[in-house]
Amino acid sequence: MIRLLLLVPFVGLLWVPFYNFMEPTLFGFPFFYWYQLAWVPISSLLIWLVYRSQPHDDEAN
Amino acid sequence: MSGQIQWVAVSVFVFFFALVTVMGFVASRWKSGPVSEHLDEWGLGGRQFGTWITWFLVGGDFYTAYTVIAVPALVYAVGAYGFFALPYTIIVYPFVFAVMPLLWKVAHRNGYVTAADVVHGAYQSRALELAVALTGIVATMPYIALQLVGMGAVIKTMGLQGELPIVAAFIILALYTYSSGLRAPALIAFVKDIMIYIVVLTAVVVVPAKLGGYGAVFAAAGDAFAVKGGTTGLTLHPSLYLAYSTLALGSALAAFMYPHTLTGVFASKSAGTIRKNAILLPAYTLLLGLIALLGYMAHAAQLKVSSPNEVVPQLFQTLFPSWFSGFAFAAIAIGALVPAAVMSIGAANLFTRNVWKAYINPAITHAGEASVAKITSLVVKVGALAFTLFLPVQYALDLQLLGGLWILQTFPALVFTLFTRWFRAEGLLAGWLVGILWGTYTAWSNGLKPLATITLGETGYTFYVGLGALILNVVVAAVASAILGRRSPAAEAAARS
Repeated sequence: MIRLLLLVPFVGLLWVPFYNFMEPTLFGFPFFYWYQLAWVPISSLLIWLVYRSQPHDDEAN
Repeated sequence: MSGQIQWVAVSVFVFFFALVTVMGFVASRWKSGPVSEHLDEWGLGGRQFGTWITWFLVGGDFYTAYTVIAVPALVYAVGAYGFFALPYTIIVYPFVFAVMPLLWKVAHRNGYVTAADVVHGAYQSRALELAVALTGIVATMPYIALQLVGMGAVIKTMGLQGELPIVAAFIILALYTYSSGLRAPALIAFVKDIMIYIVVLTAVVVVPAKLGGYGAVFAAAGDAFAVKGGTTGLTLHPSLYLAYSTLALGSALAAFMYPHTLTGVFASKSAGTIRKNAILLPAYTLLLGLIALLGYMAHAAQLKVSSPNEVVPQLFQTLFPSWFSGFAFAAIAIGALVPAAVMSIGAANLFTRNVWKAYINPAITHAGEASVAKITSLVVKVGALAFTLFLPVQYALDLQLLGGLWILQTFPALVFTLFTRWFRAEGLLAGWLVGILWGTYTAWSNGLKPLATITLGETGYTFYVGLGALILNVVVAAVASAILGRRSPAAEAAARS
């Protein structure tokens, strides 16, 4: 079930009406830009959570 | 400015270029293996690259020099729409994490070197294998040519005229790829990526400081788009929502079907290496997002460019001292060498394994495979060089666009087999053919644009042609497989066992 986390970035980024706004801005960046940039670390974190939950069959080397 | 040779920039540029040239030749001794005796050695670097080497290698060949030039150029020209590269290079990683370790395991277990090897192993179909191999080779050639276009843009900005510098750079590249194989770009990728990180992180701090901060940068770009009108702007025009998300999704699904990215996957030493890289590679995506913003900074700096490809070189030329722009240009040029080398190796592996071995010399030895691949890599690079020298740049751009559409049509044949054996080779081949024909025709009849519009009821929906072709491809493959499965289940089962 935890593998479903891998689908979350698709939902967050492919549904454009979620984030196609200018406001609120952050450090001068309109929302459209900082929202998508924020998904970079969020996606890494989600993948890491799935990675951590899996048995590491072949990671000995 | 152009026409005048920038000697300081040229000197810094030549220094770093010479450095990586030496590294390229020395690489044949690095993590030493008998480079000429086995295609695994020349074409996959010995299948031994761990997490960090893979990170630099895949980062270096996926985020190409052409990207560094073209993404800011598109963002400069049209605004928000050009940012689709960002969601694209984020959602690609959950996909890589879920799929590529499975592909690696199949390849590792059977000694496969290419995507077409995997397809042949799964379906025992020479026709499907050839379709996948030729698609990979044809899609890669214009991509290599575009790396030269990226390199040419920075060389020109330094005031060096004529074709000679780029020909010289490419001959050097061809020679060390020939002698060292995948080890050369893997080693050079360390230098290239560190240089790119330094350049971009410096630029995103220094440039806005000179131009009055990010607020001012976005405001200047917003003003420029307000004048320009149309569908440009700092946010997406509503008619482009679907185009933006289908381009991001289609590009993400296509990205790891290319021979150069798959070569990086097959060269890694374990499935875990790939999983860790799916977590770590997004660091490059952050970089790409920042690189894209250079397009807005060009508006704030009020650059006047004759072609959008000059946006990035001109921005560095205008805002930085000569030695730093030389360093930046070297980073971009070396950034062209790494993917060009890996692409030519990937294409050479395909030709060797799935054309030469399949049709010309099935009894070829491991050493024979390595030597065919080495020669093919030279031919591929000369072909790409001739392409850029003798044909208009626009041809390379158009073909690269079509290449993305074509390579996406190999997705069902390569990826579905990892999860199910229900699809038939004939069905997948039919789907591939229909996808390629429909996609090419549609892109062609729209004046070689990646977008097409369908009208349902009152409203028109504009979407990425490649993804539309993929959906058609899957439907045809499924229907054909279902029909074939009903007609001859017993014969099929016997053929498979």
